[in-house]
Amino acid sequence: MTRAVPAPTTRTRHTLSPARRVKNTLMGGLILLATLIVVAPLILIFVYLLREGLGALNLEFFTRTPAPEGETGGGLLNAITGSLMMLAMASVIGVLVGVAGGIFLAEYPRHPLMPTVRMISDVLAGIPAIVMGLVAYGLIVLVFGFSGLAGALALGFLMIPIVVRTTEEVLKLVPLTVREAGLALGLPQWLVILRIVLPAAAGGIVTGVMLALARVAGEAAPLLFTAFGNNSVNLDPTKPMSALPLEIYRGATSAYDENQRLAKAGALLLITLIFVTSLLARRASRRR
Amino acid sequence: MSEPARRPPVRSAGSAALSSASDRVFQVLILALASVIVLVFVLSVYQLGREAWPALGAFGLRFFTERTWNPVEGTFGAATMIVGTLVTSLAALAISVPLAVASALFVAEYAPKWLANPVGYLVELLAAVPSVVYGLWALFVLAPILARWQTTFFNPDLYPERFALFTRCSALWAENQTSLQCLFVPNSAAGRGLALAIIILTVMILPYTASVARDVIRLVPADQREAMYALGATKWEVISRAILPYARAGILGGVILALGRALGETLAVAMVIGDSQEILRSIWGNASTMASVIANQFGDAQERLHRSSVVALGLTLFFLSVIVNYAARLIIARLTPKGIQ
Repeated sequence: MTRAVPAPTTRTRHTLSPARRVKNTLMGGLILLATLIVVAPLILIFVYLLREGLGALNLEFFTRTPAPEGETGGGLLNAITGSLMMLAMASVIGVLVGVAGGIFLAEYPRHPLMPTVRMISDVLAGIPAIVMGLVAYGLIVLVFGFSGLAGALALGFLMIPIVVRTTEEVLKLVPLTVREAGLALGLPQWLVILRIVLPAAAGGIVTGVMLALARVAGEAAPLLFTAFGNNSVNLDPTKPMSALPLEIYRGATSAYDENQRLAKAGALLLITLIFVTSLLARRASRRR
Repeated sequence: MSEPARRPPVRSAGSAALSSASDRVFQVLILALASVIVLVFVLSVYQLGREAWPALGAFGLRFFTERTWNPVEGTFGAATMIVGTLVTSLAALAISVPLAVASALFVAEYAPKWLANPVGYLVELLAAVPSVVYGLWALFVLAPILARWQTTFFNPDLYPERFALFTRCSALWAENQTSLQCLFVPNSAAGRGLALAIIILTVMILPYTASVARDVIRLVPADQREAMYALGATKWEVISRAILPYARAGILGGVILALGRALGETLAVAMVIGDSQEILRSIWGNASTMASVIANQFGDAQERLHRSSVVALGLTLFFLSVIVNYAARLIIARLTPKGIQ
């Protein structure tokens, strides 16, 4: 019986009809072609931005604000500081609420509110960023005017579902026996969570926060009518503030070459920062 | 605080009462922070509903069927934007799904490991590119190409017969009629319009379908493949008859997730679609989506009814995304417990 096996294999290879063989090769080729088409835009965008924007990424870009319309020179210092400030403020909301949400979902699975929180956090993940901008506009701008705070609120709301999901997932990876060991030593549950479970999952949570930051760092839509933009450096969160994606949007739709040049350089900087952050986050999560 | 005080006799030590009280405080704290998630949702619905009310009250259901969106006359109907949103999203979906599934098959079935990981990375980076950057690229690189194509293939001096078609279509449009032939008549010299919006949306939603498809294809049990290979099937036969049918439902979940993204995608589309309130006439023509109108008009909307109508678009988009995303999560969640958790 066993000795008879090789013979049929060779025979099937010979009897494989040309039609089937051609179809197999053809489909394999199409799949390779489709993959190339999928990956091409990423490479094309990056090469385009390198070619167009690298020259403008000089010292002036990082130390100056945009020149008045029609004049040359200037940089995006206002946007860089604005982005950093709003991302820092957004992280406070996103990390606090997101990590707490993740702890709630992972550590209190039998709480009656658990299914509601889980469902709503899933639903929030799908709400378009521009709609979050409208919400933040109604909540803050209508009362206090355009401000970096309003922009940060919209970005923070957008971070929440991403942080919740990743936190919940990594907390569930911490073995139950670790928790039981802590409880058996007489630690109350909250100390077990804070001292044992969270530190064990810290790497994964940081990864989630970095991914959330990378995601909202590029959002311009919710900032259009919250942070609004500002041509000079502003460190006061209650005043309008600029951000890199906002300047990219304004520059790309501007008729002035100089604004377009700054927009391309800003896009190169932003995309590089986002790529580096996501790659670092993924590498960190893969090592675990 | 008083309740745990009654408990010590049952527990062994006084510290247990302490821990039970502190546990409760901690749980309340966590619950309070987690409730912010619910609060954000409720606030969003309330805020959007309150601001959209004047428009929805004034126009009722006509808001969704009326084609005219005219801030000057104070008439607001979302039909053109709803059609624009659906046409761009569904067209982008139709183009991107085969590409995304093929790239997932490549990563999961064809590529050797040293190649599969980098390609997987690249596809995920595609999802990390910000919307404005896609918009910038589409505006500066793709739009001129499309503009050139239009003038090359539809140049009236080179192709008089096509120009005849164009004049006939103009006549049809004047009578507010459309014809299928006219769908490809050149319209925008700048290259902006529906076609460019569809192309850029296609690229933007590719990674969502691709990564879900890759994950479910990896979940297909090895026996499914091996059984078919043992019967002498070719690789493509295994893929088309064993892997794809098995992964179908999961891929569908990824497709719906991508649809949710496409519906709400804003700036890239707003930058390239041309912002016109015309109902679909030619794929080269200008159009608008709900999200693009919000981005383009909300800042300038001074009048109460105009502003309210824009927020009503946001509310519509909100519910549309909630429904679509929830459907996608349900489909994906029903599939994953067996494989992943």
